[in-house]
Amino acid sequence: MITDLNQQKSPAWEKVMTARSEERFNGLEIMNAIFESFFELHGDRSYGDDCAVAGGLAYLGQRPVTVILQQKGRGYSQRLSHRNGMMLPEGYRKALRLMKQAEKFNRPIVCIIDTPGAYPGVEAEQRGQAEAIARNICEMSILKVPVLSLIIGEGGSGGALALGVANRIIMLENAVFSVVSPEGCASILWKDSSRAPQAAEQLKLTSAELQQLQVIDSIVQEGENSEDMYDEIRKKITSSFDQLCNLTPTQIVEQRIQKFRRMGIPSDTKGEICYR
Amino acid sequence: MVFYKCPHCCYVQETEVFEKNLRVCIKCGYNETIDCSIRLRQIIDQGTFKPMDESLGFENPIQFPEYELKYQKAFEKTGLPEAVITGEGIIEGMGAMIGIMDSRFMMSSMGIVVGEKITRLFEMAMERQLPVIIFSASGGARMQEGVMALMQMAKTAGAVARFSESGGLYISVLTNPTTGGVSASFSFLGDIILAEPGAMIGFAGKRVIEQTIHETLPEGFQKAEYLLEHGFLDAVVERKNLKTTLHQLLKFHSVRTAAAG
Repeated sequence: MITDLNQQKSPAWEKVMTARSEERFNGLEIMNAIFESFFELHGDRSYGDDCAVAGGLAYLGQRPVTVILQQKGRGYSQRLSHRNGMMLPEGYRKALRLMKQAEKFNRPIVCIIDTPGAYPGVEAEQRGQAEAIARNICEMSILKVPVLSLIIGEGGSGGALALGVANRIIMLENAVFSVVSPEGCASILWKDSSRAPQAAEQLKLTSAELQQLQVIDSIVQEGENSEDMYDEIRKKITSSFDQLCNLTPTQIVEQRIQKFRRMGIPSDTKGEICYR
Repeated sequence: MVFYKCPHCCYVQETEVFEKNLRVCIKCGYNETIDCSIRLRQIIDQGTFKPMDESLGFENPIQFPEYELKYQKAFEKTGLPEAVITGEGIIEGMGAMIGIMDSRFMMSSMGIVVGEKITRLFEMAMERQLPVIIFSASGGARMQEGVMALMQMAKTAGAVARFSESGGLYISVLTNPTTGGVSASFSFLGDIILAEPGAMIGFAGKRVIEQTIHETLPEGFQKAEYLLEHGFLDAVVERKNLKTTLHQLLKFHSVRTAAAG
């Protein structure tokens, strides 16, 4: 089946495969390359500690920041224990706790996104997955400190958005960001998940397409040399924070709210409110 | 005589009796889905509903093939330009901004028009200092609008955040089914969250979960009563009591204005 899929020519699908590849750099590796002195902070103070997401304190150059990263893990057993980066409700709640903490101490926040999506399991539903995601999205939108999200691999649906309501969204060249997996889309629309490559094309999930749609702000080329890529990421994050830290807390919130407010304005009304 | 067969207990009853019972099975109490016009009649004082943004119709933000055809079918089936109606209405004399999702329209999935209408509802409520009541029902984000549909979760949640900061009251009523990107955005952000009996509420679909865990799901899983037990709802309210309950809750919060004035 997999070979069949790969034989169909679809550049978007190739990106999906690259983004998912087990050989690809993961969140922890990128975090260690870009930040210094990471100190991990565990737990949501309510239920547990989700290892599909890590968070803590680190330095970006001289600047203390809060870093939150989704972790797929390296190798079969880690991928299994980290549920391949699919978070549970306690993961979202841990992330939110650390974001509120960052707000209190006026630290900018970096979220590193790499997840196929939210974890589809009984315990996730029991502990209120929908509420946890909704709460993160809502609270993130009004955080008074700069938030930057970096999509490094898979940006899967609500699981990605729960760390993605940021002032700036940066994406690696071969990362993808989508409302649904191409397989999921194909199986729902055409009852045939083998048409995933076609769905991948239609969903507009590549970094270049998302920049055109003005969903993301910039793209980091991956190239041959990963050191160059890390440099580029570091530069982009630093310059974003340099700009955003000049704004007042009110302006930071306003910039973020307006950024998402403008996404998908129906064309015939140009965003005017019509009321009768 | 026309009959209705309950899909839950299979009891056959006269449609007229069933309709009079607010489309709730007279034997087992199963809450049949209701469309937005029936919901309006059941909840809003007659003749008081003033709709908003009715002109917003088809949008194809990522040029998804064959989407327009699907939209056309939904439009012809329901006569609605999109999956939610919004506006101002009065409930037993008390004003509120109201949103009602209609699951007949593409499973009431959220694309940019639904996201925009919900967002404007909160913006208007803030301007007019009125509470918001939304009757949710949805299969989730609208796939055909790709990432732009996903972004509506952030857009609507941002609107709720702003509205909430201004001190506004938001009552969310979850009806069968409320799932995916809608449950994971504005639906679960109410100050008070109610649900209709037996409503299916969750994030991931049942089938997806079964495929992941390879076992059958616990009884009553993702039903309103199950969520109440796990602490995610304030109350499960029978349809016949919904209007009175909403009025009662609005009244509790009208003190704010009285104290200020």
